[in-house]
Amino acid sequence: MSPVNTLSPAQHTPALNTYDVIVVGGGHAGTEAAAAAARMGASTVLVTHRFATIGEMSCNPAIGGLGKGHLVREVDALDGLMGRVADAAGIQFRLLNRSKGPAVQGPRAQADRKLYRQAMQSAIRATPGLTVVEGAVHDLIVENGRVSGLKLEDGRELRAAAVVLTTGTFLNGLIHLGETRTPAGRHGEAPAKGLSERLYNSGLAMGRLKTGTPARLDGRTIAWDRLASQPGDDPPVPFSFLTTAITTPQIACGVTETTPETHRIIRENLSRSPMYSGQIESVGPRYCPSIEDKVVRFEQRETHQIFLEPEGLDDPTVYPNGISTSLPAEVQEAFIRTIPGLEQVTILRPGYAIEYDTIDPRELESTLEVKRLPGLFLAGQINGTTGYEEAAAQGIVAGINAALAAGGGHRTFVLSRSDAYIGVMIDDLVTRGVTEPYRMFTSRAEFRLKLRADNADQRLTPLGRAIGCVGPERETAFSARMATLDAGRAVLDRLTLTPNEAANAGLVINHDGRRRSAFELMAFPDITFDRLAAIWPELNAIAPAIAAQIETDARYAAYVRRQEEDVAALKRDEAIAIPAGFDFAAIQSLSNEVRQKLTQHQPRTLAHAARIDGMTPAGLTLLLAAVKKAAKAAAPARLNRA
Amino acid sequence: MPPPTETPTIYALSTAPGRAGVAVIRVSGPRASQVLALMTRPRPKPRIASARTFIHPIDSRPLDRGLVIWFPGPKSFTGEDVVELMLHGGRAVVASLVEALASIHGFRLAEPGEFARRAFDNGKIDLAEAEGLADLIDAETEAQRRQALRQAIGGLSALVESWRATLLDALALTEAAIDFSDEADVSDQSIAQARASVESLEAAIRHHLDDANRGEILRDGFRVTLAGPPNVGKSSLLNALARRPAAIVSEEAGTTRDVIEVRLDLGGYPVLLSDTAGIRQTELRVEQEGIRRTLEAARAADLILWLVDPGAPEIQLPPDLVPVSDRVLLVRNKADLIKTGAPPALPDDSVLVSAKTGQGLDDLTARLAAIAKDRLDDRGLPAALTNARQRALVADTHHHLCVFLEGNPHEPELRAEDLRRAAHALGRLTGRIDVEDILGQIFSRFCIGK
Repeated sequence: MSPVNTLSPAQHTPALNTYDVIVVGGGHAGTEAAAAAARMGASTVLVTHRFATIGEMSCNPAIGGLGKGHLVREVDALDGLMGRVADAAGIQFRLLNRSKGPAVQGPRAQADRKLYRQAMQSAIRATPGLTVVEGAVHDLIVENGRVSGLKLEDGRELRAAAVVLTTGTFLNGLIHLGETRTPAGRHGEAPAKGLSERLYNSGLAMGRLKTGTPARLDGRTIAWDRLASQPGDDPPVPFSFLTTAITTPQIACGVTETTPETHRIIRENLSRSPMYSGQIESVGPRYCPSIEDKVVRFEQRETHQIFLEPEGLDDPTVYPNGISTSLPAEVQEAFIRTIPGLEQVTILRPGYAIEYDTIDPRELESTLEVKRLPGLFLAGQINGTTGYEEAAAQGIVAGINAALAAGGGHRTFVLSRSDAYIGVMIDDLVTRGVTEPYRMFTSRAEFRLKLRADNADQRLTPLGRAIGCVGPERETAFSARMATLDAGRAVLDRLTLTPNEAANAGLVINHDGRRRSAFELMAFPDITFDRLAAIWPELNAIAPAIAAQIETDARYAAYVRRQEEDVAALKRDEAIAIPAGFDFAAIQSLSNEVRQKLTQHQPRTLAHAARIDGMTPAGLTLLLAAVKKAAKAAAPARLNRA
Repeated sequence: MPPPTETPTIYALSTAPGRAGVAVIRVSGPRASQVLALMTRPRPKPRIASARTFIHPIDSRPLDRGLVIWFPGPKSFTGEDVVELMLHGGRAVVASLVEALASIHGFRLAEPGEFARRAFDNGKIDLAEAEGLADLIDAETEAQRRQALRQAIGGLSALVESWRATLLDALALTEAAIDFSDEADVSDQSIAQARASVESLEAAIRHHLDDANRGEILRDGFRVTLAGPPNVGKSSLLNALARRPAAIVSEEAGTTRDVIEVRLDLGGYPVLLSDTAGIRQTELRVEQEGIRRTLEAARAADLILWLVDPGAPEIQLPPDLVPVSDRVLLVRNKADLIKTGAPPALPDDSVLVSAKTGQGLDDLTARLAAIAKDRLDDRGLPAALTNARQRALVADTHHHLCVFLEGNPHEPELRAEDLRRAAHALGRLTGRIDVEDILGQIFSRFCIGK
C-alpha cells in the first residue's frame, strides 16, 4: 500500500471490509462515481491500482469543448469534481463558439496534467466517507444473481450492496504500434484479465472499438519562434459555478500543419499502419481520425492543422493534437519531422492505436446498472464512450444510483433528454447502443436551446439537492445565485415600454400597441441588455453574468416555448413505464422486425421504445395499447394482495 | 391453435366481389405457406405462376383449378409470406375457397386495408405511397390513374426525399459550423453554403405549393358549376352533358333548389359538374337559401359556366361572382331558338349550345376538357401534392425555411432549429430524420478530427 494513501480500509471502514458502494477505477468516471456515492452518504471505497494515478489524463491534456463543456458544467451542477479540478489545473481557457449563440458555446481548457492529478487526488482525499484501496481486482462476487462485492488479486474480499466498474479499455485491450501488438490497458498498466472473463461469461453483448493517440513531443526541441500561437481567453471563463477566479498561470499553444511531404511519407507507409494492413478491424471514431485516415479520406488536401499543446507548466511534454497514428515509431519520427517547427523534434513516446472490447450499453438500465447483473453499474469507456467528460458524466450518475441502490429504496436518478446532456447521452447509449466510440455533440441534444452551459445549475442543482448529492457549500452558492437571478428577472419584468415609448428611445419594434417588458424587448435581435440599461439606469445594478443569462433566456424564449410541446410529449412517453420482463412477443399484429427489436432492447419506457432504430409510429401505438392493457390487468391483482 | 403471440395470417378476395372471369384471393402472414402444403400440392416455386388444382385442406376435394404464386417474405407486397390464388370468378367458387381458407388454423379474414397496413408496418411502403395506393384503387380517370400510380410507386416520396436530402445537407453544414467550429476544415462559409441551398429549396417548394392545388383537384375532381338566371336551361344542359337524367328538369322557373352533382370523364380528367338554383331577386325564403348555396358553390368551383339565353342583350354577373370572373365561361343555351340566319355575334370566348338538340355540346365538352387539362396537367413536374395533409406539411416546411432565411445567420443554433422543424414536417410526410444522419453527413463531408 502506498504511503500516499492515508485512507486505508483498516482505519476508516466498518468491520469486515463491508461498504455500501465499491467503485473500481480511479479515472474520470471512477472518481466522480466514488465522490458522488460518498456525497450521497454511502460508505464508499475506491479501488485502483495506484493512488498516484488517480485523475490521470491519459490522452489529450484538455477538458471541455463543444458539447463536452456542457457535460462538465452539468457534473459540476450536481456537485461533481471535474469542473473544480479543471479550474485548478487549467493553463489555457477558451470559450469555444464565442461568436455564436450562448446555447452552443462550450468552455474548454487545456490542463496541466500534474496539477490535474494533484487537484483530483486532494479532492478525493477530502471527500468524507470515501476510502481508497490500492489493489488489482481479481473477480466480482456474485450471490443469488446479485453482485455483492469483489475479490482482489491479493486475496482480500470487499463487500458492498453495489459495485461500479469504471475500468476503461481493459477488456481485451490490444495496443498497436506499427507491426507490434501488445496486450494492455492504459499505457504502462497491465490489463485485468480475471475480471474480464466474468463479464465475457455473463452473456452480455459486447462490441469492439478502437481509439488512438499521437506521439508525445519534447517541447524543448520545438522551434516555437517560427510557429503561430493561439492564446487563451482573457479573462478565462471557469467551468465551476463555485470558481470565482482562475489563479493558475496561463499559457498559449502553438499552431502548425502537415505538409505534402508529410502526406507522402504516410501514404508510402500505409501498409505498415495496422489499420490499413487489416490488423485492426474494429471501428474507430469518425470525428477523431488518425492522420493515416485523414490523408486517405481527404486525398485532395495538402495540409492538416495541428495544435501543439503543452502538457504542463513545468513539463516539457507537448501533445500534438491532430496527428494520432499507429504507424511504426520510425515512420512517425520521419513524418513528424517534415512538419514546420518540428524539424529537430525529439519524440518522447510514439503514438499508438488501442483496440478494446466494450459492453453493449443496451445491456444497461438508464441508471447504468447492468440488467442481467443487478448490483453492478458500469460507467465510462467500458460503455463505448470516449472522452473524459463523457466518462465523468456517467460516473456521477452511476455513483448516485449505486448509493441509492445500496440504500435499499426504490428511488433512481435518471435525467431526461429534456433536462440535461447527461440525459441525452445515457438515453442514446442505452436505447441505441454504439457503433463507434460515442462522444457528445451539441447537435445530439434536441432541446439544445434549453440545455445550456450557463444554466446547468438551474437545471440540475435542484435535482441533485432532491436526491441528496449536493453539499452545503454548493447549496449556499446556488441559493444565492438563484436569488440574484430572480431579483434581476423581476426588475426586467417590471420595467415596461409601449411601442411609442420604445420608438422614442430608439428601439425598433412592431407598432401593435402592446406594452412590453424589458425582458420581452430583449427577444428582438438588436435589443441588447446594454441598450436597455441606457434607458433604465437601474439595470446597471444587475451583475453582468446574471444580465447575460437573462438576456439569453429572453433571446431563446420563443423557440423554447415552441419546444415545450415536444418536451411535454417526451415526458408523457417517459412516464409510460414498461414493466421489466414485459412480453413484447405477445403483442398482436406487430411486425416481426419491430417485435424482435423490442425483445432485444427491452425498453423500459415508451420514450425508449420510440428511439429504437427502425421503430415505426404504428408499432409504438400497438405497444402503447399493449402496455396499458397489461397495466389494467395487473391493477386488480395488486388490490387483492393489499 | 397458433400461439396467441403469433401475427394472424389474413386472407381476402382482392378483386371486386360478384361474377367475373377471374378472381384473386390474397393470403398474407406467417402461416401463408400452409396454403401451399394443404391446398395447392405440389408446392410451387417462389414467384413462378403455377397451375394447380385447388383442394380443400380438410377433405382434399377439388374446389377449382387456377394459378398460384408464392411470394416468400420479405420480398412480397406486405413484407410477410404471401400466397396469391387466381381462380375462376364465380360466386360459388370464391365462396368455397374462402371457406376452405377459414378452416386453416391461425387464418382469419382480412380487415379493409389490412394488407396495405402490413406493408406500411413492415416498411415496404411509406405513408405517401400508401395514400397513392389508395388513390390508385379509387382512380376513375386516366389522369387520376397516372397521378396516383406515380405517388404509389414513390414519385412523391422520391421528391420529398430529395428535398429532405437537401435539408439534411443544409442542417449538416449548420451543425458542423456549430459543433466543429474549432476545426480548420469547417468555417463560417458552411453557413453561407447552407443558406444558398435553403434558398433554392425554398424556391422549389414554393413552386410546388403554387401549383393551384393541381394534385388535390385532379384527385378529387375539377369542379364545374352551372349557374345563371332562372330558366336558362341549366338542368337540361347538365342532363345533356351527363347523357343521363340526373337533375329534375322543368320548364317552371326555380325548381332546382339543391346542388346536384354528376361526375364526368372529360379527356381523362375528372370533372364534377354541379347544377344550381337560378339566380334572381326573390321573396321566397326557400329560393334565397338556394341562391346562397348557388353563390357559395359557384365561388368554390374551379370553373363557373354562366348560362344565359342566346338573345340576352347584356351580360351581367352577380356582384358576388365578379371577383372570380376569370373562372367564368359564358355559355349561351337554347341555340335551337335562334331563327335561321346568321347567329348573333358572340362576345369574346362564349360558347353557343343547345341542350335540347345537342348542338354545340361537343364544342363545350372539348372546351371543358381543354380548360381542365390546362389547369391539371403536370407540366413535367415530377409529383404533385394530392391531399390536404401533404399540403399542410409541405406548407409548414416552407414556413420554417422562410424563417431560416429571414433569421440572423449569426445565431446558427436558431437557424438549425428552423431547419430541424422544416425537416420534421417533411419527415412526417414519409419517414423520419435522425441525428445520426446529420452526423454521418458532416463526417462524410469534412475532415474533422484533431
